[in-house]
Amino acid sequence: MEILKKIAQCLEVGDDAGVPPLVRQALAEGIVAKTILDDGLIAGMNMIGEKFRVHEIFLPDVLLAAKAMYAGMDVLKPHLLSAGVSSRGRVVIGSVQGDLHDIGKNLVGIMLKGAGFEVIDLGNDVAAEKFVAAAKSHDACVIGMSALLTTTMPVMKEVVDLLNKESLSGKIKTIIGGAPVSQNYAGEIGADAYGYDCAQAVAGVKKLAAAVP
Amino acid sequence: MIDFPLPRLQPQAAAVYAALGLKSGSQPSPRASALLQRALELFKTCSEPLGLCAAIALDEFADVFSGQGRNAPDTPLKKIFPRADSLHLFAFTLGARIGGEIKRLFASDDFALGSLLDAVASLAADQAGRVAEEWLERQSPEQKKNALTRALLYSPGYCGWHISGQEKLFARLRPGKIGITLNESFLMNPLKSISGVLVAGPAVIHQFSEVYPFCDHCKSPTCRERGMVRSA
Repeated sequence: MEILKKIAQCLEVGDDAGVPPLVRQALAEGIVAKTILDDGLIAGMNMIGEKFRVHEIFLPDVLLAAKAMYAGMDVLKPHLLSAGVSSRGRVVIGSVQGDLHDIGKNLVGIMLKGAGFEVIDLGNDVAAEKFVAAAKSHDACVIGMSALLTTTMPVMKEVVDLLNKESLSGKIKTIIGGAPVSQNYAGEIGADAYGYDCAQAVAGVKKLAAAVP
Repeated sequence: MIDFPLPRLQPQAAAVYAALGLKSGSQPSPRASALLQRALELFKTCSEPLGLCAAIALDEFADVFSGQGRNAPDTPLKKIFPRADSLHLFAFTLGARIGGEIKRLFASDDFALGSLLDAVASLAADQAGRVAEEWLERQSPEQKKNALTRALLYSPGYCGWHISGQEKLFARLRPGKIGITLNESFLMNPLKSISGVLVAGPAVIHQFSEVYPFCDHCKSPTCRERGMVRSA
């Protein structure tokens, strides 16, 4: 459908003023909200994500597209809700206890929303118990944790251990990221995935969410 | 007294683009370029740069460096600072306003501008370290004689100097006077702040060829950019 292509293209160039009228037009043409979401907004964000992954574009372009996606979602959300369309899953994110850096975590959250996930952002300085409690209360499938300091990294292990202790590790997966964190560290502490950057983090969350029963 | 004029702190556009992942040789989109101009304007209006610097004797710095006893068993700085001509504790901040503006931009879904301002501020804080290094080099009597003095900033949290070293550094320098405080994780607030020791001496004292265990996990090997790694 031509209008969905236009939405995706408009989103790709980060035109946050142009996307909402196109979404309204698509709704007026009788296209269901879920199709507009999947084949317009998310399709556009997927193209952006791929271009970012291969370094064809850089972060501000992705974020401009995300803002356009949000503008489109503002129009679409009531229609999705009334149609009973659920998100791809809920993801709890936060910077771990003791850590005040949250830009990287914020970027991951923005891109996760762009990929169709519902994001519960706990902010920074988040204790292990708070991550697990939020994931339980929001019925989240993934917990994403960020740390910028070697001294705060152990909180990530506390979250993994807490999930194991409460026999939740099958239902709630974990992904970690941040400057001092590595794939090896993820393996060491038993986290389910590691995201080197926000594009990799989104790809990781998609895989984890798909694996949760 | 070190002067930190904003034009000296403001990063070049290319450096900001590189920090945000633009491939070398690629051109940013016109929208991204326009946003960077806005970010640079915000940087000028929201920055409140302040620095603090105080000379410290070698034996006194040895105590500051030992911190809480959590440093790596072997570190480059342990071998570098005893050979220095002079040591100065140093702290710098861009102030709280710029961090508040970044938060406000993210909260109002202006992520692209927020991330650009964040990158500009981070690069500016790093540049403040270089401004201080150059200032110290100009003060050096040896520099006046033979132009061989090199001053470099070393910071807790890097190269085996455990971040808990901030505690003694702050107790000695008292950067609370310029509005910098530490949290329980030894992180500075405002976030766009830097601290450490300025080590001045012959350029050769900064160079090392060893590879330390913590180098394996380092994602920002600025030691190479700063010409500290001696080629084999």
